Order: sequence, then C-alpha cells, then structure tokens
Amino acid sequence: MRQTDAVIIGGGPAGLAAAIELRRKGIEDILILEREKKPGGILRQCIHDGFGLTRFGETLSGPEYASRFVRRAQELDIPCMTDTTVLEVTPDRRVYASSSEGLLEIQAKAVILAMGCRERTRGAISIPGTRPAGVYTAGVAQAYINLKNKMVGKRVVILGSGDIGMIMARRMTLEGAKVLGVFEIQPYPSGLPRNVEQCLNDYQIPLYLSHSVTEIRGRDRLESVVVSQVDEHLSPIPGTEKEYACDTLILSVGLIPENELTWMAGAKEDLGTRGPVVDEHYQTTVPGIFAAGNVLHVHDLVDFVSLEAEALADGAARFIQEGALPACPLTVKGDSLVGQLIPGRCSGQEDVTISFRVRRPLKNCSIEVCQGEKVIRRVRKPKALPAEMIQISLKAEELNPNEDLEVKVVC
Amino acid sequence: MLREFTCIMCPQGCDIQAELEGNKVISISGNKCPRGKEYVTQEIKNPMRNIATSVLVDGGELPLASVRLTKPVPKDCIFPVMAEIKKVRLAAPVQEGDVVISHVLGLDSDVIATKTVGVR
Repeated sequence: MRQTDAVIIGGGPAGLAAAIELRRKGIEDILILEREKKPGGILRQCIHDGFGLTRFGETLSGPEYASRFVRRAQELDIPCMTDTTVLEVTPDRRVYASSSEGLLEIQAKAVILAMGCRERTRGAISIPGTRPAGVYTAGVAQAYINLKNKMVGKRVVILGSGDIGMIMARRMTLEGAKVLGVFEIQPYPSGLPRNVEQCLNDYQIPLYLSHSVTEIRGRDRLESVVVSQVDEHLSPIPGTEKEYACDTLILSVGLIPENELTWMAGAKEDLGTRGPVVDEHYQTTVPGIFAAGNVLHVHDLVDFVSLEAEALADGAARFIQEGALPACPLTVKGDSLVGQLIPGRCSGQEDVTISFRVRRPLKNCSIEVCQGEKVIRRVRKPKALPAEMIQISLKAEELNPNEDLEVKVVC
Repeated sequence: MLREFTCIMCPQGCDIQAELEGNKVISISGNKCPRGKEYVTQEIKNPMRNIATSVLVDGGELPLASVRLTKPVPKDCIFPVMAEIKKVRLAAPVQEGDVVISHVLGLDSDVIATKTVGVR
C-alpha cells in the first residue's frame, strides 16, 4: 500500500491552498486527488470578476484566481491526480480511490477533506408540479453556459437570490435571454448586496422578496411556473398565485457541504453547518482528519476559503510532525441569532478564529464573545447580513483555558 | 438631493447616503473606505462596469475561453461590447492574459482571456 504524509481530497481552492501551505511548512509527501479533469474546482466556471480582492488586492475572475494556486502547486511539484474519485476514507486514514491507474489504496498520516459543497435541488425543496426539462440549479446552468457553450433557455425565472442565482441572472441576460425575475422566499435577499446592485438592478431584473415558486407546469419542456407570495411562516398565501410563461427555471436555493466521505470516516456532524464538527486546528472528531473550505461550512468569498485552508495546514503539519495536537476541551457555541459557527471546540490556550453568520439581517447590533459572565470581545456592527460570514480572531492571552465560549448577538 | 447607493467596489457592499448637487457630491456617509466616495462620484457622472463572458476556441481542449475587460466600461456600452466579443473566434492554444480585443470599441479597456485553453 502506498504511504504518504498528507492526502488532500479535492483540488479546488481549499485543497490547493492547503497543499501549498503544507509544503511551505516542510511537509514533502503530499498528494492531491481531484475528481475532475483539471484542478481549480468550481472557480473554473465562475468567469465573473470579484475574486481575490482580500487576498491579492485586485479583482480577478474565478479561473484567474484558481490558476494562481494551480501554478504555485505545480512550481512546488505537488502531485495532483485528476480524474480520480475517492470512494472511501477510513477512520485510520486509509483512502481508497478510483483512477485511470485502477484502484488506489493509500495510507496517509493526515487526510485533508476539501470536497467543497453541492447545490440544493428541486427535490430538496419539493416544488409541486410536473417534471419537464428546463429546470436547472444555478451551478449546472453556469457549467453549461461557461464551460460547454450550451445556452439553457430564453425566458427565465430564477428561484432564490443566492449569489450564483443573481450572477446567472446577469450572465443569461448578457447572452440574450429574458430574465423575468428573481423570487426569494425570505423577506431579504440571500446573496450579497453588491450582487443585487450589479447583477439585478443594473439590468432591470426585478427581485421579488417573500415569494416562491409553488407549481411547475409543462409536459416535455417547462411551459410556466406559478409564483405565490408567502406569509411570515414562509407558507404560500392563497389567492396570490401568478403564472409566468417561461422555458427555464433556475434554482439558487442554497449550498450543502458535500460530506459523504467525511461520515464514512466516522466524523461527527455539526447540525448548524451540515459539515463536520472541527476544533481550532480544523481537525474533525477523528484524529488526523481535517476539513476546510466549503466542505466545512459554505463561504461567501473564496479568499476566506484560501485563508481557512492555510490555517488548516498549520494544524495538519503539526499533526504529521508531532503525531498529535493539543486537546480542545472547550466548546464554542452561538446563541439563537448565530448560525454556521466554526470551530465547535477550542483549547483556550492558543489563538483562535471564530467564523459564523447571523440568522437574519440586523442593524446596529453588538457581537459579544463570552466566557461565563465575562465578555472577552465586543464588536459593534452597524449592519449584519446572513449573506456575509463574520470572523472574530481571539488571542490566546484573552482566553480563559477553563471556560466554554459563547457568541451572542445583542440588539 | 439625497440619494442612496449600494457600493459594488468590494463584497462589503456598503449602504451609502450621499447629498448631491447636480454632478457634485456635497457630503457622503456610510462608506467604510475612500473607494465608496470614488464609486458614488463615478456613478453620478457615468456609471462604469466590468463584464465577463466567453469566446469560442477552435481546436481547443475546451470549446470556450473565458474573457473579461481590463478596465470597466460605461454601463451603456455593455451590450455593444458583448456584440464585439461575440464576433471573435480564437484558435487554440489560448493563454491566460492574451489580449483578445485591444481597446474594444475604441474604449480604454482591453478584452483579455482569463483561462488557458490548450490544443485538443
């Protein structure tokens, strides 16, 4: 059986950044396994600009952002096996994969999970109606248009105001389609305000909040959708139905970390993020198995994925070199307004970065990180949106090593 | 006149309130950095946007190479620029950074490839 120091599952932004940083920390024997024909992950189809502002101080397209990391990994001679699908990860860090060379069996000292996320589909949100062609998730439509040169439709309704949905509204308009509107079930947009502005308002595409698609009609091809207003419990209001003739419905209704391999390896799930529970080293509940990027929690910006994967590499390199990491006995929790909190555990003896999102839009609130009665950090926020990840970095000397942490939002 | 803007210069997307007099910004608030003022100043004079799309590639390992503009162009030039880009057909190989159209429509902006496409 092949032996390596680190196997990285996924050659997208998280996997590439982790690989490069591991090498920089002196880990020589690294192998990236990538399912697609080329590394780069989802960025290969995200041709719009806006990537890299935090990281590089300039605004790049997705392919350009990815290629900076792909090139660096190549310069460092980090092997990346493409067309290789990982089938199983065991709790003792054996990785089984199917590749053009046949079945691979690798024993790793550390396994790094960087599989990213996948889109919620029509099935996941149970829209009633027929099952015609013409219903796509936003990412699938993006892949058809930007990678395969296949236009998906002419008259388009978009359900969900996630960033990819809004970006596809603009993209399809530029390609000559008529986008009738973006319908969002929540009373606020789920993507970033700048995308409402530059993807919808710029092209006079209406955004309907508190609306949802309640029926899909058409036999072979989509013919129309019925849209209804929803009440404060997100239930459709009878009598508000309106039919829109269209040939395409694009769904941008959320992303879910892709963790089948993670659960096979025996890692515990965090019900808030739908990713694994990790500690401040990005180690899952299985020693030596680490996770970062969208497989851990869905990010708003790729720049933060890269940073998180680099922070993971710190812990993973220490694990490979020292055989274990310090225990993390303290829990980190959020109150009812805090969601998608990472990490779930920390040591209280080292610096830690806490990432989370607020559950609904808030104005003029304070975020408090508490240990017992003591507020160890207070951050004032004039505006906080669920679309944006919030990060708070704490220094070891601020922390009490004997008390659990709680993140509270005070309005 | 008071007008509200959502800044698009970075993902923070600041809500900006600006007091305007014709094409002049009298006062501005809500922006967390100086780029917010630049944005509003440009926005009331002549809104500028970048666009991204793809061009066909003959004989490439992929059918398309993605492209973007090196600098934003006036908003009302977006569709004319798209039409210019649609006319282009490249032959593989294409290198990331290749200038696909120099000074598109005579504007101070080039169309560049953002993806390397090798020969099939």
